[in-house]
Amino acid sequence: MSEPIKKTISIDGEEIPYEEGQTIMDAALAADVYIPHLCHRPGLKPHGSCKLCTIEVNGRSASACTLPAAAGQEISNNTEALNGVRKTITQMLFVEGNHFCPACEKTGDCTLQAVAYHLDMLDGHFPQFYPRREVDASHASIVLDRDRCILCELCVRASREVDGKDVFAITGRGIDARLIVNSESGKLVDTDITTDDLAAHICPVGAILIKEHGYEVPIGRRTFDLHQVGEPGLEPVILSKGRHSDEH
Amino acid sequence: MDSHNGPETNPGALTQQQSNNHLLHRLFDVQKQFRHIPESSIAELANDLSLPISQVEAVVDFYSFFHRTQRGRIDILFSNCTSCGDLTMMHDLCKQLHVSPGKTRADGMVSIDSTSCIGMCDQGPALLVNGRTLTHLTGQRLEQIAAQVDAGAPVEQWPVEWFRVQDNVRKNGLLLGTAFETGAALRAAAKQGPEAMLAEIVTSGLRGRGGAGFGTGMKWKFCREARGDEHYVICNADEGEPGTFKDRVLLTSHAHAVFEGMTLCGYVIGSRKGYLYLRGEYRYMLPELYAVLARRRKAGLLGESILGQQGFNFDIEIIVGAGAYICGEESALIESMEQKRGVPRVRPPFPVTCGYQGQPTVVNNVETLAAAAHIAVHGGEWFNTHGSDKSDGTKILSISGDCATPGVYEYPFGVSIQKILDDCGAEDVQAIQVGGPSGTLIGPNEFERKLGFEDLATGGSFMIFGQQRDLLAVISNFAHFFAHESCGFCTPCRVGTTLLKNGLDKIAVGHGTKYDVDEMYGMATLVKRRSHCGLGQTAANPILDALQRFPKLFEDRLVHSDFEPHFDLDAALEEARQISHRDDAEAHLS
Repeated sequence: MSEPIKKTISIDGEEIPYEEGQTIMDAALAADVYIPHLCHRPGLKPHGSCKLCTIEVNGRSASACTLPAAAGQEISNNTEALNGVRKTITQMLFVEGNHFCPACEKTGDCTLQAVAYHLDMLDGHFPQFYPRREVDASHASIVLDRDRCILCELCVRASREVDGKDVFAITGRGIDARLIVNSESGKLVDTDITTDDLAAHICPVGAILIKEHGYEVPIGRRTFDLHQVGEPGLEPVILSKGRHSDEH
Repeated sequence: MDSHNGPETNPGALTQQQSNNHLLHRLFDVQKQFRHIPESSIAELANDLSLPISQVEAVVDFYSFFHRTQRGRIDILFSNCTSCGDLTMMHDLCKQLHVSPGKTRADGMVSIDSTSCIGMCDQGPALLVNGRTLTHLTGQRLEQIAAQVDAGAPVEQWPVEWFRVQDNVRKNGLLLGTAFETGAALRAAAKQGPEAMLAEIVTSGLRGRGGAGFGTGMKWKFCREARGDEHYVICNADEGEPGTFKDRVLLTSHAHAVFEGMTLCGYVIGSRKGYLYLRGEYRYMLPELYAVLARRRKAGLLGESILGQQGFNFDIEIIVGAGAYICGEESALIESMEQKRGVPRVRPPFPVTCGYQGQPTVVNNVETLAAAAHIAVHGGEWFNTHGSDKSDGTKILSISGDCATPGVYEYPFGVSIQKILDDCGAEDVQAIQVGGPSGTLIGPNEFERKLGFEDLATGGSFMIFGQQRDLLAVISNFAHFFAHESCGFCTPCRVGTTLLKNGLDKIAVGHGTKYDVDEMYGMATLVKRRSHCGLGQTAANPILDALQRFPKLFEDRLVHSDFEPHFDLDAALEEARQISHRDDAEAHLS
């Protein structure tokens, strides 16, 4: 009897091992292969909504974060065409919201911004939508600025799956979809969120911020001033930069 | 057969009790009582149904038929479909009743708005008034409606003939033309057993009639083999594709065959429970559908020990949607049944292994289930001897638009487009939208093509556009439809459908350049290739087809300069002019 054949998928010609039950994203992250992503965070249920991790599997478009890895998959990832698609999708995320990077506390720690730089995005390209979105500053320690929300639902999932609460949800439909909180008043202060929750820290953009900790880390020393978004093992770094020294 | 949505003659059966507590049904009741969903009701319902407040709120905001602000005592929704809608009429009625579209009149008497296709494309223009369907609109009828509203007459007292919905079956085929003896399919099943029955369905070559065309036998087989505490059968009657109305006719005049198909499926896959998910626009059918279910229970064709067979237990509930095209997508439909926003799930897993409540579930189209019932009686070969090589059997079409006799036509697969056009009396045809906006737009040089999965696949919509039609306005209508119906889950569809809509609007009003057309092509391609589900993957089809087949439509409207801004500079100054009370030449840019 011969050794069992090691299971692999091929990403841009490179053989990557995978285990049964892993998605293509799981296998890629484990092998330090970067596939751009925004709505994915290891440990949370894969979502597949932002479509930044769009890849082509044997010529067919798919989301790396939700498609199970399977033997025989020939995957295109870091190609000019796919990075072009990702850049366009990133531009779409920028123009549908109100993202004013220079005035945002999250600048330098923002994964959307980092992905945009990674993809050589220089402008929004499309006409701005300028939506009117509500800011919720009702909570003593956490502010919700919906202008920057990209509907990735990381906070929704973190609250449900890790914090054991149900603080956030998406309401509405289509371009009017928006983030809401689970309280009768619709205000964050009336939910059971605390700064100990993962949901309070997981936002990849500046939609959920901790109050009274602005600019503690100066610009120039922030996550993506010091790291590339595609660097291996960056996930914990991204998350830790969101937390502040006097929190745990 | 005609149907009236007049007063209820049968209040429905007791087994509806369970589904009466469904969030969508409870919200319908609240909306009916208060003419909107008040803030306080949201918390109350959440408490009653043990759901998070945010979930109730999200459902209210997702479905078009629920409103956060109060509607008129008479709430009118004109279809905006190219076949059963007429927005000029909407504006006429608004003028007559002194009300703006989307706003409720100050006295609370009336509100008027538009809605996506209401499935009356062979008898339009049509509207919904307080949820009831009113067809065959004319200028005179609008005046009569205005008079009723002015007189404060409740809709229940309006003349019943205004609400007549006709079947308009113009051409019978294998399914519509074969009499169905109630119970015959179940008797055949009980006699032959589930394996033999499944084999017949496989032999028949029946494929899903919703448009995607997955093999019905395979679907049933996968579900039968899947392990779960329960198995479910869902009949997808969320017939929302603009230009489609054949399921309405099947449910009106062939409901026994549809319910029997569901029960048969239940027998084959080992399910005790079926659901009919009916689009909210077809709510008027409920009394009759409940009556049919009650008759079936009484005849021993539903309930415990069907046909006296120990262990053959199956019953059917009806869930009514509330205005969301996306719920025609099977996993979004399941989400909706689970009292959530209708957002398509990640697949795999597919519903056959992980569907309603996480259990193995078959979701089939109305027509698929009716066909399965016939196949059970007559055998698989009876079906597969009809049709083309790769598409067995027949297809029921909903034909609408510019032709002499719109209505329901049944053809064997493989029929040519030209033959269909001849039968329905369509002349001087400019284009046909085969399969509805999510299907294929074809021009006259393709009328020899054939209907079938190997050539022109269709869920049944067949919209004909004559030479006099402004085809760009039609394409634009479809773009608005998809932007309105996108669920908002994935970026390409959520943002892309709006960008496409805006791009088309710019070209349609004469501000587009070649640059805009190229941009639109790029965006359309991205939305088609990268979207999460079938809605996004097909939303750009009309634009891509039109760019390929009718490029002149766009070219004729273009401004011959390299670039034009997305907005009209002069129009943008209008607000400033109003504030400063100026309208002289110097207050204008050109």
